[in-house]
Amino acid sequence: MSTVTRDAVQMRGVDKYFGEGDARTHVLKTTDFDAPLGELVMLVGPSGCGKTTLLSVLAGTLNADGGQVSVFGERIDQMKPAALTRFRAQNIGFIFQQFNLIPTLTAAENVSVPLLIQGKSNAVALKRARDVLERVGLGHKAGERPSKLSGGQQQRVAIARALVHEPRLLICDEPTSALDRENGTLVMQLLRDVARSADRTVIIVTHDSRIYRYADRMAEMEDGRVFRTLDSAVAIAAEHSGHG
Amino acid sequence: MYLVALKMLFGDQSKYMMLVSGMAFATLLMAQQSALFCGLMSWTYSPLVNISASIWVADSKVEQVNENKPMRDTDADRIRSVDGVAWAAPLYQGIVVARDPTNSNFKFITLVGLDATTLAGAPGRIVQGTLDDLRRPGTAIIDEFAVERFSEGRDQPIGVGDLLEINDNQVEVVGICDVQRPFIGGPFVYTTYDRAVSTYAYKSRKMLTFVLAEPAAGLSPTDVARRIEAGTGLKAFTREEFRWSTIRWFFRNTGIPMVMGITVFIGLVVGMAISAQTFYSFVLENTRFLGALKAMGTPTPVLCKMLLFQSVAVGLIGYGIGIGITVAFGRMALSTRQIPYAMPWQVPAIVLGIVLLISSVAALGGILRIARLEPAIVFRA
Ligand SMILES: Nc1ncnc2c1ncn2[C@@H]1O[C@H](COP(=O)(O)OP(=O)(O)OP(=O)(O)O)[C@@H](O)[C@H]1O
Ligand SMILES: [Mg+2]
Repeated sequence: MSTVTRDAVQMRGVDKYFGEGDARTHVLKTTDFDAPLGELVMLVGPSGCGKTTLLSVLAGTLNADGGQVSVFGERIDQMKPAALTRFRAQNIGFIFQQFNLIPTLTAAENVSVPLLIQGKSNAVALKRARDVLERVGLGHKAGERPSKLSGGQQQRVAIARALVHEPRLLICDEPTSALDRENGTLVMQLLRDVARSADRTVIIVTHDSRIYRYADRMAEMEDGRVFRTLDSAVAIAAEHSGHG
Repeated sequence: MYLVALKMLFGDQSKYMMLVSGMAFATLLMAQQSALFCGLMSWTYSPLVNISASIWVADSKVEQVNENKPMRDTDADRIRSVDGVAWAAPLYQGIVVARDPTNSNFKFITLVGLDATTLAGAPGRIVQGTLDDLRRPGTAIIDEFAVERFSEGRDQPIGVGDLLEINDNQVEVVGICDVQRPFIGGPFVYTTYDRAVSTYAYKSRKMLTFVLAEPAAGLSPTDVARRIEAGTGLKAFTREEFRWSTIRWFFRNTGIPMVMGITVFIGLVVGMAISAQTFYSFVLENTRFLGALKAMGTPTPVLCKMLLFQSVAVGLIGYGIGIGITVAFGRMALSTRQIPYAMPWQVPAIVLGIVLLISSVAALGGILRIARLEPAIVFRA
């Protein structure tokens, strides 16, 4: 199914340790990981195996202790902090399990934040934000604060925020685990549509087997290492049958 | 992004109110105490405000304007003979007791004796009666503070035509003047120099308190003051010199500056404690959102500036409220005439500086935290 031309993300032999001395733990154990352009890649595995850590490293929010991390052909492990911050602002959209919408801003204001970070004017950013909210079906909620929205609506606002600056890489940690089935489905359909556009990549860490069927590719992790990658929906369905 | 910062802050109403009131309280404490202090200090040199003269000559030991170390009467002539002095007039100033004959109330007064021919140093604003009547024998002009003092226990407030007894001599009130009240001593009562030294004041060998002088046209008061000192061995002050000398004397010899310094310091500490503490907990509560902003690519310096902006914003709002209350208090104080109050521009300026300092220190805790924050924390629930 996958017609891979280029990798959006390429990790080679990445190590990550936490803590010092006796408390030092080896969390990522010389692992590889790839995510091709135009695909929705899921990263699955038991709790504590290092999924969030791996995601943080490839998002450039956490430094690896060894190995190579390339995103869109750029070695982010070698970037200076300021350049890396700029790189994140340009190229990466984030979706968090806890949404992390700023409670005192309206939906539209929240969505406009990535554009403001890039230095766009308030008016331009808000206009774009409303358009994108429209696209996730929340145009009528643009003026509401997050507390007035349901969990599913909040996550859709968060998706709008992750998309508003048109990043090429979308990173999601457990985007549906706080949502019911119906809202989870809605969110996944949105994310899959995003991934279908040619030069985008969506990486999702999840425990939620209900959403496995949306994956183009699935990387399975255990004990700090990606040990297997299923590279087609058929293969995934065969391995994880009885779901979705 | 600064708009986002403001909305984050204003949205958290309880913290916002807490921060603003902390800053307002600190501002009020500092500005109001300083204004009281400046007012009090201005009362210490009231004679310099009330009596207009460019040069004040006194005994060489005199340091401040409320002192009475008398000179010889002949000293006035010695001053007149100094080159560059246009004119010089004697002035008596001393504390005596006056009595209201209708009810035998005794009060301290500050008796001022003016040169009868020139009336040099006479009060500028006579609100009742006329200044010229002072040339009539047995007369005095009293200030409004004296009216207040002597009207206690009278059916009618004391006024023009009423009598007072000064040092057992009957004196007729022929005018009421509006002058700045003194810090020590009693209300000002004006009479002529000759009557003051011959009858009203307590006798001593020397009676001349000050000589008021003006420089000849084209000469500066400072130059002429120095010439008088050189020519007579007396102390000569310009008005400004005497003012600062008086203020310095009160700084050295009273605990007032200390008390006021302590209050300002308390204002600073309280303001700093409240706002640093509240602001830090505001930052703590918003850590996950600030972390999200950091993950999404907000440079750390921008985040730090946002925090500083928030802190300075509440600082300025609190400052505005605090100064507003201080000014309202000042209006009230000035209208009662009982409470000293003066706000030279330095007071709000220095308090503003301190408020900005408090804001910056308050922001610092949050800034240090956010600067070290790993953006990856936002992925942890
Ligand atoms: N900042 C940290 N300091 C110390 N240890 C950490 C830190 N972050 C993660 N760990 C440890 O690293 C290991 C991997 O954590 P990680 O969050 O990546 O796992 P995960 O696969 O995302 O788990 P889950 O499915 O529960 O979210 C865990 O043992 C965790 O305790
Ligand atoms: Mg995790």
